[in-house]
Amino acid sequence: MSTVVIQGEALGKSYHRGALQHSTLLRDHLSRMLKSPLSVFRRPKDDIFWALKDVSLEVREGEVLGLIGRNGSGKTTLLKILSRITKPTTGWAEIHGRVGSLLEVGTGFHPELTGRENTFLSGAILGMGKSEIKRKFDEIVAFAELEQFIDTPVKHYSSGMYIRLAFAVAAHLDPEILFVDEVLAVGDAAFQRKCLGKMGNVSRQGRTIILVSHNMAAIKALCSRCIILDKGGIEFAGPTDEATARYYAESLNMNGGSDLSSRLHQGNGKARFTAICIQPLSASGARVENAYPGCNLSVDVTVECAAPFAESNLAVIFYDSSGYRVIDTNTAQKGQFVSLRAGQTARANFLLHEVLLKPGKYFVGLWLGRDTLETIDDIEYATTLNFVENEETSRHSVVFPGMYLCRFEDTITIS
Amino acid sequence: MSSVTSNSAVAARLASPSAGYGPVRIEPPRGWFKLRLEELWDYRELLYFYVWRDVKVRYKQTVIGIAWVVLQPLMTMGIFTLFFGRLAKLPSNGLPYPVFYFAALVPWVYFSTALQNCTSVVVDNQRVITKVYFPRLVLPLSAVVSGLVDFAIGFIVLLVVTAIYGIKPTLAVLWLPILLLLAVLTALGVGLWMSALNALYRDVRYVVPFLIQFWMFASPVAYPSSLVPQGWRWLYGLNPMAGVIDGFRWALTSHGVAPGPLMLVSASVVLVVLLSGLLFFQRMEGTVADRV
Repeated sequence: MSTVVIQGEALGKSYHRGALQHSTLLRDHLSRMLKSPLSVFRRPKDDIFWALKDVSLEVREGEVLGLIGRNGSGKTTLLKILSRITKPTTGWAEIHGRVGSLLEVGTGFHPELTGRENTFLSGAILGMGKSEIKRKFDEIVAFAELEQFIDTPVKHYSSGMYIRLAFAVAAHLDPEILFVDEVLAVGDAAFQRKCLGKMGNVSRQGRTIILVSHNMAAIKALCSRCIILDKGGIEFAGPTDEATARYYAESLNMNGGSDLSSRLHQGNGKARFTAICIQPLSASGARVENAYPGCNLSVDVTVECAAPFAESNLAVIFYDSSGYRVIDTNTAQKGQFVSLRAGQTARANFLLHEVLLKPGKYFVGLWLGRDTLETIDDIEYATTLNFVENEETSRHSVVFPGMYLCRFEDTITIS
Repeated sequence: MSSVTSNSAVAARLASPSAGYGPVRIEPPRGWFKLRLEELWDYRELLYFYVWRDVKVRYKQTVIGIAWVVLQPLMTMGIFTLFFGRLAKLPSNGLPYPVFYFAALVPWVYFSTALQNCTSVVVDNQRVITKVYFPRLVLPLSAVVSGLVDFAIGFIVLLVVTAIYGIKPTLAVLWLPILLLLAVLTALGVGLWMSALNALYRDVRYVVPFLIQFWMFASPVAYPSSLVPQGWRWLYGLNPMAGVIDGFRWALTSHGVAPGPLMLVSASVVLVVLLSGLLFFQRMEGTVADRV
């Protein structure tokens, strides 16, 4: 069992809402003091805003912890407290080891200085010693692919070059503990892959990482454990698969249909799923409002093609709330394959019969591609679907564990 | 908890030779009377880089960059010579006017720019402060130290000017480092207060130019301190820069007022301001990232 390197107990951070809104000018403060001297000492209790409340955590050496949650849930505040950028209002934390914090790309860069000068400056600000930077200088420049421009002032760099250099410096930090806050979101796809690779290397070397990101692919690829923060408190802490599924359940929170443009797409992008609509039907084919165990499901999927592809399999996949794949319906099972030319749109309809899933929340994923050869589009969580009790047929409303409600007949003989 | 007892072993193993880390404890700010200066030594390279950055940026794009360091006090010296010397005919301790004014302006310009830079340094660096940890004291220190580079250049010109007027230095020049130190500590002490206040109240930086103007006239820059009536001499002596300016002139030219017991009073004033400034700054340091 490896040792605990980060320990936090009941950490909290509060702000006085008034202080954030009220003017930060001395003359205003003074005039307020003159007008009503006691108001300076009065501080309304409900003016306090808790960005973080009662957060306790333990991170072991070598662990990669994902910190996920909606905007404003307190993730950056927690990282700032652990990085000592700001002090907590309550609680305490103990850190064992050198900390590097990557809360921003380009920390300390000055536009008038050259890339070379900024590398030294930023490296020093991030915590590297002068000799360390000198030693790693060539590596950093090579990683950023900026050999030709390293002696030009940074104000002449394009935003892409700037980001590459900034990340290259940060990526060569060698701390025992690394805090990364959403910096993976910058840059193009190729660069993001490079950054992820570097993060992976760092983790394989046994460093401890806390990663804050909205990029679920990165979280799943790197993190073994996740904490979900919501409104300043810990909502869930556990294995990554469960955490991401749970997080999606909150953020998607719709039932049955959606426009897929904002979903996380993977795959080479020759075609994209653009819409999905799931309509529960009764056994007779009539539309019903909610899916229930034993109902039929009509799933309509729209695909738009940008570049031609041939002989591909289109799949609609159902997962339960812990991310376990429950149903996989795909065209290949019927021997049918899809080929599209650029500009064409395809509409696929799947009619699932007698779906005997137990009441609960399920996720629906979509996949288009050729087996292991090629993935064209892959949306892990396209939409959610709630299965509710069928009031007519169910006699007992407690839902026991398990997902499949088999039709059965039973006879009990007593002797 | 069993994990707590194993932490000392972890700390020992993970302690890196460069930083000498034990476990770092993060807690809400508590108490007023604790100075934490040990960390500064670990961050001395960062201090060097900040000073290096300030100097580089100051001289990068301006054509007359380095020349400005010299031009500014020289031009002020010219104006003072004309208006305070020739027209107003203020006394000058028997020195030629240019020497009289320039010898005061070199340390004075150091002090005023150091104080102004120190005041705004924390707010100017808000982007870095909210993203990375380092002891925030590094910033005011860098402001005060980077001014010394300009001072060095101005001092060389000062030596040239005194040579031109045929004034020979004596052993009294040994006082110069002490006087310079006093100026540095005064700038730092007041600067820490201003810097912390400016981080809390954004308009403090606009008060500083007025403060400096007033301070200049309260110091013997444009006139000799012998002009001050005997009865008020002690109050005048409380101003540390009065001692510095007088002392500077005297150390270089042997004219004027030698540093006396009043210097001790000045020095103690400076120490009080510096210590209180340090405590106030460190008190504010913990939550400055929330306010900038």
